[in-house]
Amino acid sequence: MKYLDEFRDNDLARRLFDEIRRITTRRWTIMEVCGGQTHAIIRHGLDQLLPPEIELVHGPGCPVCVTPLEVIDRALAIAVQPEVIFCSFGDMLRVPGSTGDLLRVKSGGADVRVVYSPLDAVALARQHPQRDVVFFGIGFETTAPANAMTIHAAKREGLRNFSLLAAHVRVPPAIEAIVASPGNRVQAFLAAGHVCGVMGYHEYPPLAERHCVPIIVTGFEPLDILEGIRRAVAQLEAGETRVENAYERVVTFDGNQAALAMIREVFEVTDRAWRGIGIIPASGWRLRDEYRNFDAQHRFAVTGLAATEPTVCRAGEVLQGRIKPHECPAFGTSCTPRTPLGATMVSSEGACAAYYHAGRFIPLGLSGSTRDDHPAAV
Amino acid sequence: MCLAIPGQVKTLYEANGLRMGKIDFGGVLKEVCLAYLPDVAVGDWAVVHVGFAISKLDEAAARETLRNFRDLGLLDDEIGRSPEDGP
Repeated sequence: MKYLDEFRDNDLARRLFDEIRRITTRRWTIMEVCGGQTHAIIRHGLDQLLPPEIELVHGPGCPVCVTPLEVIDRALAIAVQPEVIFCSFGDMLRVPGSTGDLLRVKSGGADVRVVYSPLDAVALARQHPQRDVVFFGIGFETTAPANAMTIHAAKREGLRNFSLLAAHVRVPPAIEAIVASPGNRVQAFLAAGHVCGVMGYHEYPPLAERHCVPIIVTGFEPLDILEGIRRAVAQLEAGETRVENAYERVVTFDGNQAALAMIREVFEVTDRAWRGIGIIPASGWRLRDEYRNFDAQHRFAVTGLAATEPTVCRAGEVLQGRIKPHECPAFGTSCTPRTPLGATMVSSEGACAAYYHAGRFIPLGLSGSTRDDHPAAV
Repeated sequence: MCLAIPGQVKTLYEANGLRMGKIDFGGVLKEVCLAYLPDVAVGDWAVVHVGFAISKLDEAAARETLRNFRDLGLLDDEIGRSPEDGP
């Protein structure tokens, strides 16, 4: 396909690998923030072809993975109510809550439907005026414009049977939390290209300056990711800490102004708990008071939620880049995509699922490895 | 959820008060909301998330990026130095 195949070209990839090899003189740890990038890296085996000095650690950019357990439990409680049509992206259906998942409540008779877009959920609300249609609005900055526009349109249309269970998260506060944490060993970040397509990257220069880290806005195809790594290494080797845009065909400095205006109209910034990580200040969006009637959290009184995580699951450490998926004792044994303990094993963007599907059950086998002396958790 | 592939705008129209269009993803046509790309035209390329086009794909920038990749290491090739030789 146009604008995909060209960015998967073998010959150009070889040039980028050669160039990265040429400029690397020391060990560097680079985090790709977005789970979509993690999957591309593992699927194409990019990390195995990099010089051994470069370690990629996988970030928390998997919306399904970081949606708090309490929110999943709330979704399950709402979905089983008889008047409700509960709509969700397909990714969320098998994410384990405390006592089950959406797929299980669906098989128990709840009306749970997979939709491609929140507008599909609004169409259902129009078709079924006697039912209460709830859309599970999760995601990073890439899905926020869609959900904001949907709620805005529903209000304008005067729909009374549509609401959003919102659990939106934002990337920059998560990068800040990771880089400021005491055990941090990430020296450069590949910022999530499509998030920046919406938001621009004007939020990053202060972050890069404050924490002395290069941040490279990076796309999703193999050549894009290699170029992000190449630029990060070039800066690290030169002792620079700038923000660069390596995804110019999609990302501008200021972002999509129409989308940003709609996000500001419908949402306000709030503290948000991230599954496995904890509360990150100002890291989420919630519906403004003017849209309260469309907020499923206010519409459905759910009490008695007591979220409990399986103690063996180490998804939180995986999400913060502290361990690799195969370092978790449950990985591939009690935790598999068929029987996931943590959300990172479920999602198409989760690091554990990426490792499992690529058969990465053991650490990268490098002769004279410089990596194995890292502590598993810091 | 943050993954998205570029598609080409084929038609533009309005539905339920929203600017919509059909976008071609390698032969598969999908209905997409184009409200966030007010200046997009038929023939343009766009990146779509959960049914909403969020960014226009800048074709000139795409060509420029590929050209830069092709130029990488060309100097080394010309002076006959292999990348393994180090800096």
